[in-house]
Amino acid sequence: MPNYANPAEFLRLARIAVPVTAALTGVLFAVGLYLALFDSPPDYQQGETVRIMYLHVPSAWMAMFVYIVMCSAALGTLVWRHPLADAAQKAAAPLGAGFTFLCLMTGSLWGKPMWGTWWVWDARLTSVFVLFLIYLGIIALWQVVEDQGKAARLVAIFTLVGGVNIPIIKFSVDWWNTLHQSASVFRLGGPTIAMSMLWPLLIMALAYTSLFLTLHMMAIRNEILRRRIKRLAMIAAAEGEAAPVAGIFPEPAE
Amino acid sequence: MKETLPSALFALLTRDLTIGRRIGGAASLGIVFFLCLVAITPFAIGPDLALLSRIGPAILWIAALLATLLGLDRLFQAEAEDGSLDLLLSSSAPLELIVLVKCLAHWLLTGLPLVVASPLFGLMLGLDTHALAGVFVSLLVGTPALTLIGAIGAALTVSLRRGGLLLAILILPLSIPVLIFGVAAASRAAGFAMPFLILCGLALMGLALAPFAAAAALRHSIE
Repeated sequence: MPNYANPAEFLRLARIAVPVTAALTGVLFAVGLYLALFDSPPDYQQGETVRIMYLHVPSAWMAMFVYIVMCSAALGTLVWRHPLADAAQKAAAPLGAGFTFLCLMTGSLWGKPMWGTWWVWDARLTSVFVLFLIYLGIIALWQVVEDQGKAARLVAIFTLVGGVNIPIIKFSVDWWNTLHQSASVFRLGGPTIAMSMLWPLLIMALAYTSLFLTLHMMAIRNEILRRRIKRLAMIAAAEGEAAPVAGIFPEPAE
Repeated sequence: MKETLPSALFALLTRDLTIGRRIGGAASLGIVFFLCLVAITPFAIGPDLALLSRIGPAILWIAALLATLLGLDRLFQAEAEDGSLDLLLSSSAPLELIVLVKCLAHWLLTGLPLVVASPLFGLMLGLDTHALAGVFVSLLVGTPALTLIGAIGAALTVSLRRGGLLLAILILPLSIPVLIFGVAAASRAAGFAMPFLILCGLALMGLALAPFAAAAALRHSIE
């Protein structure tokens, strides 16, 4: 079995896998969106706005899933010092922030017709919001530490600290929200979701996961290539140093 | 003569306390900042004493959080700049314990004065005796937790020239649980015992885990 953790092996794998997952993403989104927008029943209470759910819920799942991916990559960085794990961490952070933002946006758009306001300090919204802040902190840490190898290890520590903290934050926010319980809190129609709504939701979740896999592989590939270019540029700069100097100060001809 | 571990750690503690006392007056500056935050809140909210006494514990807690955060970026940075951090890293004492001692010194210089001063400032916000005691006790347990969480951020940003703002961005989301249970215990919104015990649990968890995370971050920052 080839060693996929090797960057060169990964590039070879990505060349085959990216078009496949990209095509799969397209198909899944086409089917999922058709089912979600046209071929599923409107909710008896919420009417057509329930269709926002098919975009909202999978992005919330992905927001958490990407963090788990980042935690595993962080372990790869700290335990095995793996360059590919560094790239995987770095590539996942903006994607995770993007899914979290999408979740907050669609939640807000859904909240307006349902709750009559763009934002409520609902427990779930609030903890996703805090997760978004943690993603932004991770991206900021990537940007300010110049040495990328060091940045990867520092981000890995922070990601794992955040990983320990996120369940605590979730618990605290839930507790805090029941303390300040507002009068009307929206809940999904019943304890179970109807099968006619579950299928489109699951297909959309698969589509989101496949989209993440595609984008993640592309971003890792870009990161590997970016590092290669940087290394080549440094080598070129180191070699080229002598040439211009020799050009400016030519040896006097005898 | 070989230094024993307790005496080495004690020497580090007295050194940090002496430096803190002589340079910058960290303790007094922290209290003045805390006082300024408490003073500007009524200007933003209005002088209504009934409202202020209702949200007083929250004001004091936010002020304490920000005041604690303010000094944290210097927790390891001065040592990193003058090179003594390299000595600490290469010393035989475990780095985790060194981090813990530095946190203790930092808390004694910045956290403890805030806790001691909080009842006085609580009076200015119209808090009654119960609320004053609640704020005092919850801050006494909560500020060490904030310092310990902050030490992780301080260690992560130690090699950065302007790490202060990033430190706040990294640490504030992580300190939300401490804030929630600290304010809840102080304002007795859901009784005192339950949130207070959870706050103690958070502080103990910080005590157990934060030195390891901060020490790991220091090792990777400095190498």
